[in-house]
Amino acid sequence: MPRTDGTPILSVEGLSAWYGEAQVLREVSLQVGEGEIVTLVGRNGAGKTTLLRCLMGLQERWSGSVGFLGADITRLPAHRRARQGLGYVPDDRGVYSTLTVEENLTLPPAVGPAPWPLARVYETFPRLRERRSFPGTKLSGGEQQMLALARVLRMGARLLLCDEPTEGLSPLIVQQIGDILREVRRQGGTVLLIEQNVHFASTVADRHYLLAEGRVVESLGNDEMRARRHELLEYLGI
Amino acid sequence: MLQQAFNGLVGGAFYALLALGLAVIFGMLGVVNFAHGAFYMLGAFGSYVLLDSFGVNFWIALVAVPVALGLAGTVLQRLFIRRLAPLDPLYNFLFTFGLALILQDLVKREYGVQSQPYPRPDLLAGTVDLGLFTYPAYQVFVLAVSVTLCLLVWLVLTRTRVGMIVRAATERPELTRALGIDVGRWVTPVFGFGIALAGLAGVLAAPMRAVNPLMGGDLIITVFAVVVIGGLGSIFGSVAAGFAIGLVSALGNLYVPALSQTLVFILMAAVLLWRPAGLFGREEALS
Ligand SMILES: Nc1ncnc2c1ncn2[C@@H]1O[C@H](COP(=O)(O)OP(=O)(O)OP(=O)(O)O)[C@@H](O)[C@H]1O
Ligand SMILES: [Mg+2]
Repeated sequence: MPRTDGTPILSVEGLSAWYGEAQVLREVSLQVGEGEIVTLVGRNGAGKTTLLRCLMGLQERWSGSVGFLGADITRLPAHRRARQGLGYVPDDRGVYSTLTVEENLTLPPAVGPAPWPLARVYETFPRLRERRSFPGTKLSGGEQQMLALARVLRMGARLLLCDEPTEGLSPLIVQQIGDILREVRRQGGTVLLIEQNVHFASTVADRHYLLAEGRVVESLGNDEMRARRHELLEYLGI
Repeated sequence: MLQQAFNGLVGGAFYALLALGLAVIFGMLGVVNFAHGAFYMLGAFGSYVLLDSFGVNFWIALVAVPVALGLAGTVLQRLFIRRLAPLDPLYNFLFTFGLALILQDLVKREYGVQSQPYPRPDLLAGTVDLGLFTYPAYQVFVLAVSVTLCLLVWLVLTRTRVGMIVRAATERPELTRALGIDVGRWVTPVFGFGIALAGLAGVLAAPMRAVNPLMGGDLIITVFAVVVIGGLGSIFGSVAAGFAIGLVSALGNLYVPALSQTLVFILMAAVLLWRPAGLFGREEALS
């Protein structure tokens, strides 16, 4: 159940973005309430990753406004946004090969009211403890994804921005990722999740935004999402 | 042959110091610093001028010249390189390339192209008995300084939080910003540090190599090959390749003297065919 209390933790208004002359986002507006898991669904090239890059302050050409935790962060550089509590889990997982697993975890500064202590991270992800002194990229794909998630939890991010965390992973790992995201929500955390896996999306999320050709075309509740699953799958071309 | 190998390591010491600076600068700023050789040359000229005009000895120059050049580097980065950074990388290419030519010609105008003499410091004028052969003390000193510095840098990079940040920002600058680290704050000191290393290599070179305006341009071509062989952006790779290339070209000189100038580039081509990202580079660094 969404626990939105009216004031969204994240609110995006009229967001447009370009690569050179090509416009890839057009006046996107969306809200995420505190304690919600919201997915962003859309086919390849719809602009999902670009949207997260705009939220993170990484996109070069963009316009619109972004509010986070009641403050306008539109003009903040990326590192200040992270310090406000945005936790970025990029689509390539963003694991450093020149850093050990533990260094990957402790690189970001601890921010927010409830950063996870390292001990708790290792309790939740025993595999990471075993491999703590390995170079980050020596982990398997699934383990790297866990590392990327664990990193933003250790950081204490208030809103997780996850770019297709389940992509290319085995059903077992996908299930584990679902468990972690649900656990995050139980603790009052919030997640904006990019997901192509409609089934997975409907099992973890409260609401869904459908993005097509750079626009939000629909906002769906979970029941609606389940009911229209086949139509959506077809639409996504999966 | 052992002695030739030792010569190679001493030559490699210069490659390593220069390649190390180039690698951290390239990694963290995304700038290929074509002026690196010019700063090496300025290091040598700096110590020459200090001695010749002010009677300041080698030991003071060894500290003062790199510090001064490092500071100059930070100013250069703040005034120009930082402003060009958001544009196409070609702008900083052209800027550093032009700067190298300007610096070289300014020195040429003042001192001409002939080499200036620089005496070895008295303390290191003799030779050392290395067991199998005796070797000039000064060369041993150069090797020791270079190895010590590379080790120190390695310790700082691997054992400290600052080092961790530099490694992360060298590998993935954008991601590192998105994880809450103000990469911009580290960029200026890292650039200055890289320039200081080049200056230090220049000071070390003054007593054993010809001090002339072209010394940097000649050397830096080889150093670029070293950085490519080591793997663009790989700090460890550039140092290891520096010493290795020094060794290989000295031995090559002994056995196939005809190839001595081109050996490094043949090696580079071979390494690139075998591993396009360089020996220690990551494939994804190419994309
Ligand atoms: N660096 C770039 N330069 C130019 N165009 C880009 C760049 N990155 C993405 N694009 C284009 O922008 C559009 C949106 O890309 P984006 O990566 O945001 O899509 P996406 O929804 O995340 O897709 P996917 O599901 O494949 O990850 C695509 O048409 C893509 O080709
Ligand atoms: Mg994407």
